[in-house]
Amino acid sequence: MTLLLLLLPLVAALAVLLSGNKMASRVALLFTVAEFGLTVYAYTIFKQQGPEAFVFFHDWISSPKISINLGVDGLSFVMIGLTNFLLPLIVLSGFNREYSNAKTYFSLMLLMQFALIGVFMAYDGLLYYIFWELALLPIYFIALGWGGKNRVPVTLKFFIYTLAGSLLMLFGFIMLYYYNPNASFNITDLYNNPVCSCNQGWLFWMFFLAFAIKIPIVPFHTWQADTYSEAPTQGTMLLSGIMLKMGTYSLIRWLLPILPAGIAEWGPLAITLCVIGIVYASIIAIMQNDIKKLFAYSSVAHVGLIAAGIFALNIEGLQGSVVQMIAHGVNVVGLFFCADIIINRTQTANISSLGGIRNIAPRFNTLFMIVVIASVALPLTNGFIGEFLLLFGVFKYNTWLSVFAGLTIILGAVYMLRMFQNTMLGNTNENTQHFTDLNWSETLVLGIIAFTIVVMGLYPKPIFELVQPSLDIILNKAIAK
Amino acid sequence: MTTLIYTTCLGLFCMLAEVLNLRKLLVPAIIIGLTAIFAVNLQHWGITTPATIGSVSVSHMIKMDNFAIAFSGLAIIISILIFVLSANYYKDEQNQISDYLSIMVFVLCGALVMFSYNNMAMLFLGIEILSISLYIMAGSRRFDTRSNESGMKYFLMGAFASGFLLFGIALIYGASGTFELEGISKYIAAGEVVPMFYLGVTLLLFAMLFKVSAVPFHFWSPDVYEGAPALITAFMSTLVKVAAFAALYRLFSHCLGGTMYYVEPLLIIVTGATIMVGNVIALSQINVKRILAYSGIAHAGYMLLGVLSSQGNAASSVFFYAGAYAIATIGLFALAIMTFKSNHSENVEAFNGLAKKNPFAAALISIFMLSLAGIPPFAGFLGKYYIFSEAIRNGYVTLTLFAVVNSIIAVYYYLKVVIAMYSQPANDKPLVIHPTYMVVAIICALTTIGLTIVPDMLMQILK
Repeated sequence: MTLLLLLLPLVAALAVLLSGNKMASRVALLFTVAEFGLTVYAYTIFKQQGPEAFVFFHDWISSPKISINLGVDGLSFVMIGLTNFLLPLIVLSGFNREYSNAKTYFSLMLLMQFALIGVFMAYDGLLYYIFWELALLPIYFIALGWGGKNRVPVTLKFFIYTLAGSLLMLFGFIMLYYYNPNASFNITDLYNNPVCSCNQGWLFWMFFLAFAIKIPIVPFHTWQADTYSEAPTQGTMLLSGIMLKMGTYSLIRWLLPILPAGIAEWGPLAITLCVIGIVYASIIAIMQNDIKKLFAYSSVAHVGLIAAGIFALNIEGLQGSVVQMIAHGVNVVGLFFCADIIINRTQTANISSLGGIRNIAPRFNTLFMIVVIASVALPLTNGFIGEFLLLFGVFKYNTWLSVFAGLTIILGAVYMLRMFQNTMLGNTNENTQHFTDLNWSETLVLGIIAFTIVVMGLYPKPIFELVQPSLDIILNKAIAK
Repeated sequence: MTTLIYTTCLGLFCMLAEVLNLRKLLVPAIIIGLTAIFAVNLQHWGITTPATIGSVSVSHMIKMDNFAIAFSGLAIIISILIFVLSANYYKDEQNQISDYLSIMVFVLCGALVMFSYNNMAMLFLGIEILSISLYIMAGSRRFDTRSNESGMKYFLMGAFASGFLLFGIALIYGASGTFELEGISKYIAAGEVVPMFYLGVTLLLFAMLFKVSAVPFHFWSPDVYEGAPALITAFMSTLVKVAAFAALYRLFSHCLGGTMYYVEPLLIIVTGATIMVGNVIALSQINVKRILAYSGIAHAGYMLLGVLSSQGNAASSVFFYAGAYAIATIGLFALAIMTFKSNHSENVEAFNGLAKKNPFAAALISIFMLSLAGIPPFAGFLGKYYIFSEAIRNGYVTLTLFAVVNSIIAVYYYLKVVIAMYSQPANDKPLVIHPTYMVVAIICALTTIGLTIVPDMLMQILK
């Protein structure tokens, strides 16, 4: 089962590559839907038998010992669920668009899915690292091959920046291996045999930098806005919807429980950086006139809050971070898809030169509205639960930090609603007067996203139930001295 | 021992082939011969009885231990791949092909000696057989001034280094009274080492560092690589580099291990400088051969990390790294030679728009570049990982961190070619890739990926 979940996207990537340019998007959709169906089936098994049903172990490299150690606990399952839920939507969002060499394009997306699932499943440090790096390659080639005008320097910066962080993490992992009495990359060995706290301080930075660049936490975010606006829409969705979550997921899985003393030493600085990032990114977002960049900076603010909740080291913060990872993943894909629809039809990303779309595209207006209010965290949407728990977690950690972090909701409302007002309300102008309403595939994608937003907002309990046991274990390790 | 004898016979056969008018059959004959030699080589595996010729023991000269057999096997595979390329490469020079090929076989002979020497004199002979053949090959484009320059430069610098080598060996002999590795090692262990011996070790080390193109003895390599015919550049940057490293590694693991405390500071500085200079200077290069020359210098630095760890049995790590590096480089050269030819240029621009002209070739080149840059899931990554973890295990933590940071720089120039292929407009010059070149590239790509899936295949050999 585990292997099937992991390998199906890889098989799909090959199948799409062989299927030819015309069929590529349809074959890709078929496989991603099948993978999602498989995830739903896996969920029923998970409910009955728990994580034990998903353990897979196979020897790989004998010395230094690396094994193919896969597993799925509640936390992993939620992340895999997010990935497999978003992928069909991302593929579907590429329908009715022209791509040169479409088979490679969709094949790379599926390869990306393979790597992401691998990251969430790997229970062996080095195996995890290999999937982590593998995820970088498809997204780099997607952005390089199908990106905007300025893509070459931007994607190069993105690649080198993230690789720099990753290599430090590799170094960190090798050190962990040798510090470990069992000399092992196995996650349970790493959990149960903490390194001498004298070494945890600098090891913390080896891992934190890698994750902070990926998430990104200010001041390691400079690659992000440009990459988001230069990458093709599907690439941006993959990056913001799922790949960022690799960073926050890894904070919970690989940083908190393995280096508790490092967290105790540097956690306060990290959480402060996160909160500074929230305020800073929100202010920059307010000043943006480019719709994709605005969403990019709003994304920095949101994930900053997620990371802050993780470093708050209490159960509310962790729960909130997981729920918000899912919610933000869904919402940001919706946002970037709306941006893509607008840019595609009006040929401009400039907020001030838009307006009046509501009058001529009511369906788009409604769905866009739902996505926007979810991302400003209005009650009854999925954004609310996550942000509320996160702020509560940060509040328990430190009142002043939570005050500043809470600004994200106010500032978020400012830039989101201003954007919505400028693009959708008012009178139509020459850019927007030929705006056509959504076609079937676009309606389907945004419809599913809007539906999920509401359902998750009303009934998030399944997610809590899934992740609670894993979070308890991780939190116990993280605050144990 | 038989491996060496048969390879020499093969070289002689190549020279005679011209007289016998067998030029057309020469390349297939060499490939079959080398495959047979590969099999013969493997038969010695695990056999510890001393090497003999007839009834005369030569074990004080040559020792075919597992280390030597493993590296010989790698070298023979590299040579086979290069010879497969040579058939088409030399098709316009039919009247000289037997000279060229026989000299290339002699390069392999020299390499085989360098893997298995058990005596300082054999080390010198091996290096000289290899180097003299290479001086000729580097200058083998007689009417091309750059090729002449390349051969001349290589010869002058190489001769100088050989002088150092010989003087170093003489001093070591003067101090210890023996050429044999074991004898010297015993002399060190006895603890009454005279200063002259250290001087000898230093000179010997300088000469070896020259051969592996470590900083500050690296200046010859970019010029020689650039001027030499591309196929010979491929030969130099793979087989010759592997041979030089195996010889250096053997020197420390079999003989000079006891002087490690003395050479360590020097080696650490040289390793750091080699990694840094190679990577940083490669950034500004536009000629692909020069980029690969400087990247080769950087790779030499990473392998020096392995040599530093030689007291902790890092042989399998160095072996894996060398294998991964050589295979990716040959595959890269196979496609690059064709690209150079069709564009009449060896600059990065020659790769412009390759992804549109031949997406498959572009994908293969990307795989080789990413493997050289050490990015998973390709073999180069595991090579780096092995070397790094071996170095950390032997206590070189800071140096490893330095190497890690430097390998970030390397990504920039490897991606330069990838970016040219995928984001620049194509020129109208058609790209014709000869089937044999494509086959070699595909084999190398499959190996590069396959080594990641089953790395133990190589790693277990030298355990």
